Amino acid sequence: MSAAGPSQGTRPPGGEHVIAARAMAAGPVWHRFTRGQRLARFVVYLAIVAAIVLSAQSVEIIPEFLADAPEQMADLFARMWPVDWSHYEGTVHSALMETIHIASLGTLLALIMALPVGVLAAHNLVPFTPVNLLAKLILVSSRSVNSLVWALLFVGIFGPGALAGTLAIAFRSIGFVGKLFGEALEEAQPGPVEALAAAGAPWMSRMTFGYWPQVRPAFWSIALFRWDINVRESAVLGLVGAGGIGMALDAALNLFQWDRVALILIAIVAIVILAEVVVTQVRKRVI
Amino acid sequence: MTSSSTPFPADPFPRSTWPKVAGVLLAVYVIYACAQMEISWERIDVGLHNAAHFFSRLFPPNFARWELLVKGLQESLQIAVLASTLGIALALPIGLAAARNLMPAWVTWPARIVIVMARSFHPVIVAILFVKAVGFGALAGILALTVASIGFIGKLFTEAIEEISERQVEAVRATGAPFASMLWFGVLPQVFPRFIGFATYQLDSNLRNSTMVGIVGAGGIGGTLFAAFQRFDYDYVCAILLSIIALIMLGELLATAVRAIVIDNATLRDFFRRGGTSSRERHLEED
Repeated sequence: MSAAGPSQGTRPPGGEHVIAARAMAAGPVWHRFTRGQRLARFVVYLAIVAAIVLSAQSVEIIPEFLADAPEQMADLFARMWPVDWSHYEGTVHSALMETIHIASLGTLLALIMALPVGVLAAHNLVPFTPVNLLAKLILVSSRSVNSLVWALLFVGIFGPGALAGTLAIAFRSIGFVGKLFGEALEEAQPGPVEALAAAGAPWMSRMTFGYWPQVRPAFWSIALFRWDINVRESAVLGLVGAGGIGMALDAALNLFQWDRVALILIAIVAIVILAEVVVTQVRKRVI
Repeated sequence: MTSSSTPFPADPFPRSTWPKVAGVLLAVYVIYACAQMEISWERIDVGLHNAAHFFSRLFPPNFARWELLVKGLQESLQIAVLASTLGIALALPIGLAAARNLMPAWVTWPARIVIVMARSFHPVIVAILFVKAVGFGALAGILALTVASIGFIGKLFTEAIEEISERQVEAVRATGAPFASMLWFGVLPQVFPRFIGFATYQLDSNLRNSTMVGIVGAGGIGGTLFAAFQRFDYDYVCAILLSIIALIMLGELLATAVRAIVIDNATLRDFFRRGGTSSRERHLEED
């Protein structure tokens, strides 16, 4: 193990019996880890190896398919070329715009919903542990459900379309934004808030003038970061019917129109890069 | 300026005008985007009426076909473990090659391009391409998540290596050590704890995504989920969702245990006593 490398050079020269003799003479031999720590590490390594071996033995892989892969790959690229640029004007452009709207509106909705939950999760603002735990439970359940699953649920409720996608993005993002915002609040310095409280400021003023200036950069940074992630995520939601460019991708895939698939993939890459550039520029100027 | 001459200005916290302008622009955008995506109160209203019906069909969850469920979960787990193993094994050399402080430019550029390409698509979209290349089944999922792991770990590993202290590297180099020893004793011990953090995070993330790649036919529980959803078999959908959430939470717990033991030198007893708190890197909160 690499981390143990440099510190093991302290062992004195000589065979095992020499070391044992010196240990008897000069007290116990130095070990980097205690017995409990070594046992715990051994369990971890054993579990990792066992998991890999078991998975590799039991996974169902069809060797013929694997042998066929290079041919299929070549066929895929042959079918993708030339890219069907003419298709962009009509469907792909509007689907791309819809993806951006889903990501933006979803992020906005998530920010609105996550702010109160984040405040409730911060122990220094709301010093009631049951309330903190309840808020954290909301945040954890939002995060542990994949956005595609949220999309499935909202498609079930509202039917296929961008509304389901927007809500899926929003509900998936609450956990992320709320958790990071709550942690930023907990790290805020109590000094300014205490000064305001000493001056007799009401709760609202302590929030807006004590906490908000301290967490504002973190808040905008979280919002931008999440928007960037949401642009990527909203591109796939259409695969389950929740609107955006994924719907166009799904349609092209089902009809084996690989030249259109290529166009849509290029469009997705372009929009992801664009979102990253926008986020970097805004972060540089505003925060 | 009259306010600056008086000791107590009327408004001690004057606000600039641009937040107001931004607010108005945002409101206009929200209305425009809602109109574009045909989101209206009527649709939300109809949807909310549907919701009661939808949830009544979702509950109680139906675990009657639990064999299929367990098989799917097992396959998801296999995909996650194998994709993480392959991804980490491939990401290490690529990440090392991309580090600007160790490698010349002609090595870093190709490695960086590989990492950027691996990151540019959502794993589900990569899975679509691999389904075409190697057919339906777990192999497509494994390859798709391997690509995702290369992108994520490669990027973070490169950044970690670029942030190391040069002193230890110079010290090792000054003894006349060859390049491999310099890496092994100068570089890797410095990045090992962070690397464990990335690796456990990626395993966690692969587990989440391995339950989803089945939607496009790349193996795992996602295929069963999507099929049940399309058949309006909602009580089975509910059973699948509950199992997925349980699996993900179990995965998160295991990842926390590994971090506590390997990074924070906890023993098994420490971990159970503290109930799973560990050093987790905040910026890893990507999806």
